[in-house]
Amino acid sequence: MTRPMTRTVDLGMPTATGFLRGEQKFPAAAADRLTDAQLRRNLAHATGTIRTKRLRAVAELDDWEELRLAGSAIKTDAMARLPELLEQLEATVTARGGVVHWARDGVEANRIITDLIRATGADEVVKVKSMATQEIGLNEHLETEGIRAIETDLAELIVQLGNDRPSHILVPAIHRNRTEIRDIFRTAMPGAPADLGDEPRELAMAARSYLRERFLTARVAVSGANFAAADTGTLAVVESEGNGRMCLTLPRTLITVMGIEKVLPSFTDLEVFLQLLPRSSTAERMNPYTSLWTGVTPGDGPQEFHLVLLDNGRTRVLADEVGRAALHCIRCSACLNVCPVYERVGGHAYGSVYPGPIGAILSPQLTGITGPDDPNASLPYASTLCGACFDACPVRIDIPSILVELRADAVEAGHRPLPGGQDVAMAAAAWAMTDGRRWGRLIALGRLLSWRRTGFRRLPWPASIWTRHRDLPPLPARTFRQQWRDRLRRTGSGS
Amino acid sequence: MRIAVFTTCLADALYPAVARATVTLLERLGHQAVVPADQTCCGQMHLNTGYWARGLPVVRHHVETFEAALDSCDAVVAPSGSCVGSVRHQHAMVAARYDDDALAERATAVAGRTYELSELLVDVLGVTDVGAWFGHPVTYYPTCHSLRMLRVGDKPVRLLRAVQDIDLIELPGADSCCGFGGTFALKNEATSSAMLTDKVAAVTSTGAQVCSAGDSSCLMHIGGGLSRLRTGIGTLHLAQILASTREHPCPVPEPRRPARRRPSLPGAAR
Ligand code: SF4
Repeated sequence: MTRPMTRTVDLGMPTATGFLRGEQKFPAAAADRLTDAQLRRNLAHATGTIRTKRLRAVAELDDWEELRLAGSAIKTDAMARLPELLEQLEATVTARGGVVHWARDGVEANRIITDLIRATGADEVVKVKSMATQEIGLNEHLETEGIRAIETDLAELIVQLGNDRPSHILVPAIHRNRTEIRDIFRTAMPGAPADLGDEPRELAMAARSYLRERFLTARVAVSGANFAAADTGTLAVVESEGNGRMCLTLPRTLITVMGIEKVLPSFTDLEVFLQLLPRSSTAERMNPYTSLWTGVTPGDGPQEFHLVLLDNGRTRVLADEVGRAALHCIRCSACLNVCPVYERVGGHAYGSVYPGPIGAILSPQLTGITGPDDPNASLPYASTLCGACFDACPVRIDIPSILVELRADAVEAGHRPLPGGQDVAMAAAAWAMTDGRRWGRLIALGRLLSWRRTGFRRLPWPASIWTRHRDLPPLPARTFRQQWRDRLRRTGSGS
Repeated sequence: MRIAVFTTCLADALYPAVARATVTLLERLGHQAVVPADQTCCGQMHLNTGYWARGLPVVRHHVETFEAALDSCDAVVAPSGSCVGSVRHQHAMVAARYDDDALAERATAVAGRTYELSELLVDVLGVTDVGAWFGHPVTYYPTCHSLRMLRVGDKPVRLLRAVQDIDLIELPGADSCCGFGGTFALKNEATSSAMLTDKVAAVTSTGAQVCSAGDSSCLMHIGGGLSRLRTGIGTLHLAQILASTREHPCPVPEPRRPARRRPSLPGAAR
């Protein structure tokens, strides 16, 4: 064995907490979602549109493949010397007047953030869209502490007002259409006009007037970060609406929560990622708002800046030579948009805040798998391995190969991925498949069923799982190897 | 050329006509087809399900069998994108996981001379017009592993376009997965059948009489759906269409006869 079984042995590394695991296993959760015709229409429409647009945006660059290689190389390098880069980042941020905090898991991060907000005396914070804070359940935690967190990203606001959970990492309300959004605004948004229509412009205007007031009164903002440059201590947030920019510039105190894998060695690395990210995520050449800040600038922007570096399972992922590529993710969501499974079942079926192909490799690695009944144990199997995600990924994460590796890890750890009897079937198949004659005899058994010339519509379990949805063709009277042997006998030639 | 045919376990057991067509085609093009008797399976099912320790001996068996065949053959061909994908992208990786560097090296060598059918024809043998005749409307599903793992591109379509009298109709959403995915079809049967439904709808919308592909496994899945829904559309492997000639035409597969006694609605046969 070349690799230690990092997922079952406790190496004393921080374990993830927060919204990284659902209650149901994927096949069951997916089957539930599949019955929601509205959801499937919303998803098919949204993912179909963004797919076409992304292909167009990517085709404009003739060095796209080189950019992907560069992105992958920079991330591989950063992961290889993560501790060093994080210490450098701490030093550069501190030198520019920021304060760096280290959080082993979501619980610790939530506590640190709560204390920081308390210290300002505020009981309301505005938020920039951030996956890290979704991951640790910050809003829910703050609520129990009596602090109101207001999401300012339009889609994130829809999710928050609808008492819902995000189903996409970039477009968290992708599962909603505009009529549903209008209804949510009408019932849950303070000050929303009673006769609000469902035109996108009307909806955006209603959100705008609601948010404007929050921006102007908020004293504290909480954000995530897309990137951090270790050499300069610069943080970066990219967004489309400008609401993030409001949060990053207006309040006095800014608290940024960032997964430790977001650090880049150098400011100039942004050149690569600021090309890769917008084209892959929103299919834009450049995202409308790119905010960069370095520490604190007297008289301009927040006067207090805190950076919370979040582990929450990431060092555990890092310890896996193959699986660690999941940490290269820049959360563009291209893999979700092109995934035929995601397109049909949506984000909620994955349980975690990270859905789709990246979620299927990231969530189980962040949490570790507790056993075969762990809902996250089903995620590596939530894929046909069609490879569309790998093709789309701007940092070339080979998601299909990692999925297969995670399956191998699970089998080695003694978890059984399929219904009972599989072990026996796999062992028998392997036994037959290591000997041409044994294999030939086994498949010739099919002749017993080959009297039936019409194929099969119903077969007993476990073949019934197949014939529930598909017919099976009639079995041939003779296998190919039998036919070939006959021919060799007839012609007298051998090979 | 002497070409070793890796029939694939599925064609050997369930679709002998596909293996036969592969041989016919090679011989018609003036090559000698060799079928190593000891061959079994590439091990893909074990590997993709996570049973790597069980898959390792299957991989080793495949490598040994075709390494021996390559002593007297110039290349190995398989009528399956996913099996060649496994040979090329998984065999050495599995060997490496178990620290068997020697096997990894041998696997890489065998993989380097193993081709999917359209690759062999177009890249190695340098032909696109194989002298085939097939006078029926056909739509072609390119399959995920051929497209994205092997990057065969438009080779199969170029081969089909050169077939005399064929009416080749473009499949809408051709590059999206049909939902087979090996054990995915069983483990995530609901999602798999949702994907199948969309693929069947796309195939039906073309008005083709035959849905073709370069992989019997995907065709078993799509064909199973086409048959269940009584679309009257049959499936044929790319090899079967390319092997078809005016003298020896490949018959269009007959739709299944309707059930005699217990008619059941699609998907309701529980
Ligand atoms: S895995 Fe790749 S494609 Fe998916 S969200 Fe991350 S960066 Fe984007």
